[in-house]
Amino acid sequence: MTTACAPALSAATPRSQFARVTEILDRHNRDPARLVPILQEVQEVYRYLPQEVMACVATALDLPPSKVFGVATFYAHFALAPKGKYVIKLCDGTACHVKDSIPILDALRKRLALSDAKKTTDDLLFTVETVSCLGACGLAPVVVINEDVHGQMTPPAAVALVEAIVAQEAKS
Amino acid sequence: MSCTCQSPFDLDQAGAGYGQALGRTTRRVILCAGTGCLSAGALKVRDALVRQIADAGLPIVVELKAEDDKRGINVGLSGCQGFCQQGPLVTVLPDNILYCKVTVEDVPEIVASTLVGGKPVERLLYRDGGGKTCRGQAEIPFYVQQQRIVLAQCGVVDPESLDAFCHVGGYRQARRAWREMADKQICDLIAASGLRGRGGGGFPTGRKWEACRIQKPGRKFIICNADEGDPGAFMNRSVMEGNPHSVLEGMMIAAAAIGASEGWVYLRAEYPLAVKRVRQAVIDAGAAGLLGNDVFGTGRPFRIQVMEGAGAFVCGEETALIASIEGHRGMPKPKPPFPAEKGLWNCPTVINNVETLAMVPLILDMGVEAFRSRGTKGSPGTKTFALTGHVANTGLIEVPFGSTLRQIVFDIGGGVVMDGKVCGEEAFKAVQIGGPSGGCLTREHLDLPLDYDSLRGVGAMVGSGGMVVMHTKTCMVDIARFFMTFTKAESCGKCVPCREGTRQMLAMLDEVVEGRADEGTLARLAEVAQTVQIASLCGLGKTAPSPVLSTMRLFKDEYLAHVVAKSCPTRTCKALSPPTIDAAFCKGCGMCIKACPVGAITGEKKKAHTIDYNKCIKCGVCITTCKLKAVA
Repeated sequence: MTTACAPALSAATPRSQFARVTEILDRHNRDPARLVPILQEVQEVYRYLPQEVMACVATALDLPPSKVFGVATFYAHFALAPKGKYVIKLCDGTACHVKDSIPILDALRKRLALSDAKKTTDDLLFTVETVSCLGACGLAPVVVINEDVHGQMTPPAAVALVEAIVAQEAKS
Repeated sequence: MSCTCQSPFDLDQAGAGYGQALGRTTRRVILCAGTGCLSAGALKVRDALVRQIADAGLPIVVELKAEDDKRGINVGLSGCQGFCQQGPLVTVLPDNILYCKVTVEDVPEIVASTLVGGKPVERLLYRDGGGKTCRGQAEIPFYVQQQRIVLAQCGVVDPESLDAFCHVGGYRQARRAWREMADKQICDLIAASGLRGRGGGGFPTGRKWEACRIQKPGRKFIICNADEGDPGAFMNRSVMEGNPHSVLEGMMIAAAAIGASEGWVYLRAEYPLAVKRVRQAVIDAGAAGLLGNDVFGTGRPFRIQVMEGAGAFVCGEETALIASIEGHRGMPKPKPPFPAEKGLWNCPTVINNVETLAMVPLILDMGVEAFRSRGTKGSPGTKTFALTGHVANTGLIEVPFGSTLRQIVFDIGGGVVMDGKVCGEEAFKAVQIGGPSGGCLTREHLDLPLDYDSLRGVGAMVGSGGMVVMHTKTCMVDIARFFMTFTKAESCGKCVPCREGTRQMLAMLDEVVEGRADEGTLARLAEVAQTVQIASLCGLGKTAPSPVLSTMRLFKDEYLAHVVAKSCPTRTCKALSPPTIDAAFCKGCGMCIKACPVGAITGEKKKAHTIDYNKCIKCGVCITTCKLKAVA
């Protein structure tokens, strides 16, 4: 399988990471029924699903590439473009929505010059996206940056979180 | 895992060993480690407590193990205690003290006053609406008026310890079901209890099991539907975080009832802590031999696998969930055949919600009579609700069916919050129940006893149990549009009525909130909604129009105001809420004149300005520019 995939690889998908893809495939016994967990783990390696890697997964599982692409585009968690180092998820569930989550989204987008169409900054530092509910409704409105949950947010507080990260990144 | 007994694992011995260790503690300090309290810094408080207790020279027991004979204060973690807004929560036993909003700075005082001196720290206790301090759960109105059955152990038992679960009677009912009960006997018992699916539909669980049991023996599956996707609901998350073993025990009983040897937990990936705890519980139960080739010495196997969802609301639908486990896009299939006949990999399959499964061992334990003594005739038992929105006490609650909205919102919830103040009934507008599949309840429904059938009668549904309280300044058209945005995005695209219908309904709602609609739009909206309701393939599509139909029926005037008078009564919809200048506050500084992009504001210096509504594009810049808050 490895040889079949090798020519398709470009500079964007280094060989060292590719070894991890074969490891993931093997751990799931190259079982097509495990396609969703395989893609989830592959995405953890690359932070998104590069097209050539999806083609490789298709070959390894003996599935048409269209099927893999179909699954990857169906589920909201799969990203077909690279995401930022810091993924900011703004919860827009019902509880957060009625407690004014949208002004927070507007403030974050304004600060980072992002929009509904452009979700990741050019320097690949930030991605701003909305999620339908994080189940932390008791803390509404909620912003999650990577794994850290920040509750009872306001637009200035959310922007302050971004400023803190920017300052920290500038130092390192 | 801290399996303290000798092999083979003995439930009673493990429980007793944990009990002995517990008996040696002088005090227990339990920190809520639910998602809410964790994000508010519960772990930092825990670390500070451990350090401070050690500095004070008090003996401390970090892990409760039977073989240790250490005595001292135990600092432990629990699952979600439900009172999320007051987190991080710290409980001290046996003093029965509950501290709210505890920070690292509060720790020295807690150690000095309570752990050394035995006195509560007054300022950290909860104060009720009347300003009275409440010492613990037994005095806090939020807890007193609930009946916590499924949630009884959430917030008490250590969710990461199998021994702790065994200590509170865990896995005894699974053992009884596997060893002593015939499959039909279990199905009959659950049918007699009247337990109905807690995931929303309310289908009788016993009947579902029986339909699968009577299929010819062979490969069968039990699936735990933990894909809690409703925005505004987190009941299942709390049960999985707070008492994961109870869900596994329920699955084991279901497996014995239907003859399944394989189980799946399909869990939402947005709940990382629930994923971690359920995975750990499966590993621990496997290591102890509770799951595996020989369950309770019966020679029959049962295994559980955990799968994380990948972010698709439709996967909460049974057939779509099955497709997702099989590695396909999560698209539903027409029923029949029902999963009980042909489910996962075409084998007979039962799919139950987390709360339903967690309730099963409790029913076996308490008996049918005791279970039916709570709730209503058609909907026995209790139900958890996530109480959120504009309410004083947000959090997770459990009440018997038949409770009224008034009890939930005002007695337990502590009233409606508007403009930062707790208000009475006059500020209450509606409760949205059942998420994107549900509807609204208004002031006229405040005294309606809530159960599956009464809610359906008024065009709402129990759903999974999300209850969002809304005050009078909430625009109901905006709420309907919010849910339609959600269902349009989550429609899987398989059937035309749902795929195109949700798109068209959203487009029409956009016209309404942007002032481009007339009364004809409302008639068309209702017609499309009814069509989608009748003609869609699965539950998602069939119920997608519910929020629209429900709000159109209950808040007709508000819709009419949007389309006829072209104004949004709550001033939520920007395009229909032109700014106004309050002459009493305007000092005539001219800031808004400079800021207005279309030159719609005029006025002399130091005199109140005016807006020319023929020019105004309702962009709202003047509102944000005004430092005196004279423009609204």
